[in-house]
Amino acid sequence: MTDYRQKYQMTPVVGWLLNDRGGMILLGILIAASILVPASNLLLPESSAFHVPTWMISLLGKYLCYALLALSVDLIWGFCGILSLGHGAFFALGGYAMGMYLMRQIGDRGVYGDPVLPDFMVFLNWQELPWYWYGFDMFWFAIVMAMFVPGLLAFVFGFLAFRSRVTGVYLSIITQAMTYALLLAFFRNDMGFGGNNGLTDFKDLLGYSLQSDGTRAGLFVASCVFLGICYVVARGITQSRLGKVLIAIRDAESRVRFTGYRVEYYKLFVFTVSAVMAGIAGALYVPQVGIINPGEFAPALSIEIVIWVAVGGRGTLYGAVLGAFIVNYAKTFFTGAMPDFWLFFLGGLFIAVTLFLPKGVIGAIPAFGAADRQSIITTWRKRLAERRANEGGKA
Amino acid sequence: MNDAMTVEMNASDEEQVKSARSETILYVDGVSVTFDGFRALNNLSFYVEPGELRAIIGPNGAGKTTMMDIITGKTRPDTGDVLFKSEIDLTKMDEAEIANLGIGRKFQKPTVFESHTVFDNLLLAASGGRGVFQALFHRLSDAEKIKIEKTLVTIMLEDKRDEMAANLSHGQKQWLEIGMLLMQEPELLLVDEPVAGMTDSETEETAKLLRSISKEYSVVVVEHDMEFVRDLDCKVTVLHEGSVLAEGRLDHVQKDPRVIEVYLGR
Ligand SMILES: Nc1ncnc2c1ncn2[C@@H]1O[C@H](COP(=O)(O)OP(=O)(O)OP(=O)(O)O)[C@@H](O)[C@H]1O
Ligand SMILES: [Mg+2]
Repeated sequence: MTDYRQKYQMTPVVGWLLNDRGGMILLGILIAASILVPASNLLLPESSAFHVPTWMISLLGKYLCYALLALSVDLIWGFCGILSLGHGAFFALGGYAMGMYLMRQIGDRGVYGDPVLPDFMVFLNWQELPWYWYGFDMFWFAIVMAMFVPGLLAFVFGFLAFRSRVTGVYLSIITQAMTYALLLAFFRNDMGFGGNNGLTDFKDLLGYSLQSDGTRAGLFVASCVFLGICYVVARGITQSRLGKVLIAIRDAESRVRFTGYRVEYYKLFVFTVSAVMAGIAGALYVPQVGIINPGEFAPALSIEIVIWVAVGGRGTLYGAVLGAFIVNYAKTFFTGAMPDFWLFFLGGLFIAVTLFLPKGVIGAIPAFGAADRQSIITTWRKRLAERRANEGGKA
Repeated sequence: MNDAMTVEMNASDEEQVKSARSETILYVDGVSVTFDGFRALNNLSFYVEPGELRAIIGPNGAGKTTMMDIITGKTRPDTGDVLFKSEIDLTKMDEAEIANLGIGRKFQKPTVFESHTVFDNLLLAASGGRGVFQALFHRLSDAEKIKIEKTLVTIMLEDKRDEMAANLSHGQKQWLEIGMLLMQEPELLLVDEPVAGMTDSETEETAKLLRSISKEYSVVVVEHDMEFVRDLDCKVTVLHEGSVLAEGRLDHVQKDPRVIEVYLGR
């Protein structure tokens, strides 16, 4: 096998991309999908067998957002051992930032026709826009906030937790508490985020109607692009020396400290990057599903993300993407066909994967048995050599 | 006149202490630490000179590992001074700071990064930037490569460089961990039970290794294995119930009746 790292020593980025079979496949699929899917939807007649209906584009776009969310969780859990059970919070915050922009885009087309105030504020008899809604009429500002707010929350939360050396189950529990606290806060009407109902009835984005096929296809492409970019960034992080430190922290945290690394800074860095990615996923998700409400903060949803990663295969990044697609496709299927069984199925799936596929679906595919691939090849070579030697001896 | 004499004596005492301190790489003085009412270290004092190889022995629970925890910033002492190079107060610092000062530590239970190769284990330990962004943009330099190869030879693992650390034998893990300490280029190495679980020949190799390391660095070795300590051929400190019971050459301390009673006689 050619070691591309040797060949492209001057360009490490090319090297680690070419050495990453799963990543290459993922990026290939994303590029192909971002061209073919919108083309077939927009160009082919509905009668064609290859026409992708708009509802399916939205569904796939939604899965892509979940995949990005799973990727962000795998980055911290798979590579640094930080089991966050509150990543739904960062996702939802990114979603709310985008939702606020979409609310302001409605303008005077709301039920009450107020040019500035969203309907729910008029309903609550508010006279003016709260200060934290300022700026959200600008798209770029909303995008920046969709990344900045989750990033800031993760930074502050992580600073406190990692500096106090909260790890393992205790960390997981406080991340659950964090998302639960936000759930309760966002339920309150006086928070100014639409309370129970959240933000919905969006009309358009950057002037394009959210109902139109073109906008939907555009959002789908954007989801592909951001998943691809975040994959490359995450892969770059994990392949760097920093990534090796992260894995070392996962394996033997105190050894890392006694080697002179400040473990808390490393955790803080990757936790914040991960939260920003989750925020981006949320911002892409909201215009495609048309609503964001406090339900996205539900602790159970955050646990579900971890299951996606476990099912796909922890610590590979592309495994997380695959897991998000498998589980969410199953969810779509079950909630349509047998809604009562979904949670049983999910629980059963998690137990089955933990017991029988500790490396997830990806780990069960020989070509991706990641770390073992090399050793499989060497074992085979050895066996071949032995056989030849034996045959030679006989002759 | 009497008074004057006392003052004079005190001054010269102090000077003596000062000069003793100025010659130490490690100065542990009057250290006590209590866990839930249990005194693990009790007014412990000992000094290690630069370039010295020192063995520390003592029965289980004597406080040997706790002593290392104190020196490396894992545990804070209730009282007492711990100075590095006669002036740097270690009791105020955390693990990473102390490691970066030049104190490397091998754990009692060998601890390496199991899912990294032997090479990467050494790379991660290599001295140099420990900052997050330095690590993110770090690229392996030739100097680092050469240093790693040298260390691989020193720790007798050159044919295992691409092996996952998880696949090493227990003894090899111990060596790898020692190699990681060397990569840190410390001035003082603290080595907790390096030959636990090793075969006899491995034990001999390890004694040789530590002796050669001690030519360049100051080394403190905690060990139970008497044969091994004899092989090290150095000054021995005997700990018992958190304080020093005896100190000197191994033959000398082995004759000490108190040492025989608590440790060697059993
Ligand atoms: N964190 C802790 N909390 C409570 N007790 C502790 C703690 N660390 C050590 N001890 C106790 O302090 C005593 C000294 O322990 P230490 O590990 O230093 O002994 P040791 O000399 O290294 O023994 P061994 O030869 O078995 O490694 C033991 O009785 C141990 O139980
Ligand atoms: Mg011990």
